[in-house]
Amino acid sequence: MKTASRLYVWLVYIFLYAPIAVLIFFSFNQAKSRTVFTGFTFDWYRKLMTNDVIISATMNTLFVAIVASSIAVLLGTSAAIGIMALNRKLRALVINVSYLPMMNPDIITGVSLMLLFLFLRMELGFTTLILAHVTFNVPIVIFNVMPKLRQMDKNVYNAALDLGCNPTQAFFKVLLPEIMPGITAGFLMSVTYSIDDFVVSYFTSGSTSQVLSVVIYSMTRLKVSPEINALSTIMFVVVLTILLIVNVNGSKKEKLEVRKIGGGSTL
Amino acid sequence: MKRFLAVAMATVMLLSLSVAAYALSDQNYPINIEDMDYYQRFQGQDVEINVYNWGEYLANDPVDFIDVNAIFEELTGIKVNYTLFASNEELYAKMKAGGTNYDVIVPSDYMIGRMIKEGMLQKLDYSNIPNYKYIGEQYKNTNFDPNNEYSVPIYWGVVGIIYNKTMVDPSEIKGWDILWDKDYAGNILMFSNSRDAFALSLLDLGYSFNTTDEKELREAADHLIEQKPLVQAYVMDEIYDKMEGGEAAIAPYYNGDAVLMMKENKDLDFYMPKDTSMFVDSFCVPATSENREAAEMYINFMCETDVAAANSIFVGYSTPQTEAYKKLDEDLRDNIVAYPDVTGLQSMLTLPEETNTLIDGLWTETIASNSGNSPWLFVLLIVGLLAAAVTIVLVRRAQKRKKNMY
Amino acid sequence: MFGRKSASYPYLVFMTIFIVVPLAVVAYFAFTDGAGNFTIDNVSKAADYSSIIIRSLLLAFIATVLCLLLGYPFAYIMSKKTSNARRTMQMLIMLPMWMSFLLRTYAWMTILENNGLINKFLGLFGISPLQMINTQGAVVLGMVYDYLPFMILPLYSVLMKIDPSIIQAAQDLGGHPLQVFSKVILPLSVPGILSGITMVFVPAVSTFIISRMLGGGSSMLIGDLIELQFLGNAYNPNLGAALSFVLMVIILFCMSIMNQFDTDSDGEKGELWV
Repeated sequence: MKTASRLYVWLVYIFLYAPIAVLIFFSFNQAKSRTVFTGFTFDWYRKLMTNDVIISATMNTLFVAIVASSIAVLLGTSAAIGIMALNRKLRALVINVSYLPMMNPDIITGVSLMLLFLFLRMELGFTTLILAHVTFNVPIVIFNVMPKLRQMDKNVYNAALDLGCNPTQAFFKVLLPEIMPGITAGFLMSVTYSIDDFVVSYFTSGSTSQVLSVVIYSMTRLKVSPEINALSTIMFVVVLTILLIVNVNGSKKEKLEVRKIGGGSTL
Repeated sequence: MKRFLAVAMATVMLLSLSVAAYALSDQNYPINIEDMDYYQRFQGQDVEINVYNWGEYLANDPVDFIDVNAIFEELTGIKVNYTLFASNEELYAKMKAGGTNYDVIVPSDYMIGRMIKEGMLQKLDYSNIPNYKYIGEQYKNTNFDPNNEYSVPIYWGVVGIIYNKTMVDPSEIKGWDILWDKDYAGNILMFSNSRDAFALSLLDLGYSFNTTDEKELREAADHLIEQKPLVQAYVMDEIYDKMEGGEAAIAPYYNGDAVLMMKENKDLDFYMPKDTSMFVDSFCVPATSENREAAEMYINFMCETDVAAANSIFVGYSTPQTEAYKKLDEDLRDNIVAYPDVTGLQSMLTLPEETNTLIDGLWTETIASNSGNSPWLFVLLIVGLLAAAVTIVLVRRAQKRKKNMY
Repeated sequence: MFGRKSASYPYLVFMTIFIVVPLAVVAYFAFTDGAGNFTIDNVSKAADYSSIIIRSLLLAFIATVLCLLLGYPFAYIMSKKTSNARRTMQMLIMLPMWMSFLLRTYAWMTILENNGLINKFLGLFGISPLQMINTQGAVVLGMVYDYLPFMILPLYSVLMKIDPSIIQAAQDLGGHPLQVFSKVILPLSVPGILSGITMVFVPAVSTFIISRMLGGGSSMLIGDLIELQFLGNAYNPNLGAALSFVLMVIILFCMSIMNQFDTDSDGEKGELWV
């Protein structure tokens, strides 16, 4: 059974990563082709470093993703806390409405937001872009934080108040650590969504700057340059490295804890 | 979490440094400018222009070649905000929807005609674009801008048939009908945008690709439906890899792209039917722009002989600038694929709105028709819905039973 | 219940402006024509495209089922690992989403084409090329590939919360593995299944680039059709809004059917990752 599950997991990994391997492989291709490999070269990486358009688009993407996710975390966490205190009917309504950006196909979200911004006579640009990203990120944060709030023992908060904390202290010292995993998960997921988003960004971005996904799409009339492959490979390596660091760190912490408990019990 | 942020910051900083590190000095392709003074007008005034162009449409490889936008910025002190689009329709939609403010755009012929009609462009002051004198006469007084008031050409080209010599007998190619040839079923590629696809169908039937006659358009749609079983795929840029990789035998596309593809795959060749369309992409200035003079300076810069030549070499599309043409390699100039004889060729015109709606509607029907919606798919759907309904009922009953147990 | 109502006010305002109002705007555009007069023409036109809508629903349905079948075992295996391994697996699942979706779809073309990697590999054994690309199957593959992580993560979340002692008890009471699974684990994981189905079905129905690149552009999906209204030769935001409106209604309908299965006792809608 164990080998069967091992095999299965690895098959899924291969399925998920096969295209990525191909992508990385062709970033070293001498020709601009996606099918014919003519020779090995680092050219595209060199050209990427000086390609203004792609680099500024990447910066824009990261900027929008991080800013929008941060705002979403603030808005979403306070929202989750607030929603818990609402009466049942209102709570159900708010939750259902919050579902909408996730349930709506992103083309509808993108188009509707664009129409809204035009209706408000706003100029499309960074502001509209970030607002749009916050719109689809806040539900993600809410739906990650709320379960943690639900699971939390409500009495701990009251106990903190009884022991002399004022509400703010109780929030930071008691509440926040409990829901932190939810906040982190929400933040990471929001960043991921924002980076990969194409449709919403497409409809809500302005005339002075673009995000990476829109730039890549615009290259499709002539040919998508392998510089994009190079960029994706770099991003992949960076995130993978972060992953490894976190992983190593995590397993070290686990070993420490096991030692602390004294031999560790198998739970 | 903290560690994640730290590493992310480090990465961002690293990338920023690499951007700062690239300097403008090393240019591999010298740009000589006659009238340097003309470009100094806006120095130090913090002017910015928003340029909206096709992807990969200007030379922007400072490592092995040159980056024309960077040179322009250095020369004039005007900042260029450069953004990209992938189709004329995208450009139109973005401008029509509003909320954007572009100073320079690069539409194609029929889109220019449409924008002029709808008042979306402003007239240019050609005294600010002295290099316009180098544009070849055959690219002026076009059918979309007959009085040369709104546009300055950047590239031109023709649509033709790219084919693989090992898979197709060249003597069989006499016109567009080869795209309907049953011998090549499954090996034919076709345009995935409605205007271009309809143009070819109309030409094959002997009609004008600018027709507004509803009967002719419906015939063209039927003709496209006839072609559908023979078509391998409806593509735009995927065509590069498919033709270069030998995945398909015949495809219609632009001659500039053909030149590039033929370089990669020696088995490819290009045939230009005599009734084909010539496309001209041009610089225009939107009516909403408030920086017309800076925009004109940009356009004039792009028409500098060395700049136009560099762009043409990089992108592979043919230049309308006569002096730039002279600067090109002899074998490129003599290449009849890159520089065919265009006498008598027409460009695409703007069609009236009803025609556009008709074409789009017919295109949707064409695409949606007959495409493997085999009956068993519908059966599956019905079965699936029934199964879902049955499951719901069963689950409901089970729940009730559970509730009644307590 | 604790928590302060006022904490939610900023969000409620935000929500109204950015979620409710845009949808109202879509409805407005759907039911008016270019000049602003009320008309149901656009919405009734959507009926003309019913074959496209059905095809989109069908392909999305198949893709969702496949994701469920593929994702469930994976999520289950994942839930049994140590916390470190679980975290790693979680990030490995999400990592592909950081790479451009367009590029990954291009990569599938390279793999599936007649001269692509798989066929070149098969050619080594003398097997003639299989037609994989430019079929509806390829489109479903593309959908499954893109949305599998969205199925795995909610399932995993829920499976992880199942108290192992319940499973232990079931086994002690004499249930053999299949019974334990179908009577204990499966019912408890239903909220995760529902989340996963939602997260996969909705994007799958409205996807638009996959059908062009992997399907050969010959089978148009509703996403392509909506995109055509905004980016096609005829700029028609009213028809686009109408189609979007119809799509939204259909999805809400499907979701409400699905929520019949939601057995959460206090009647609240489950959360995404639970």
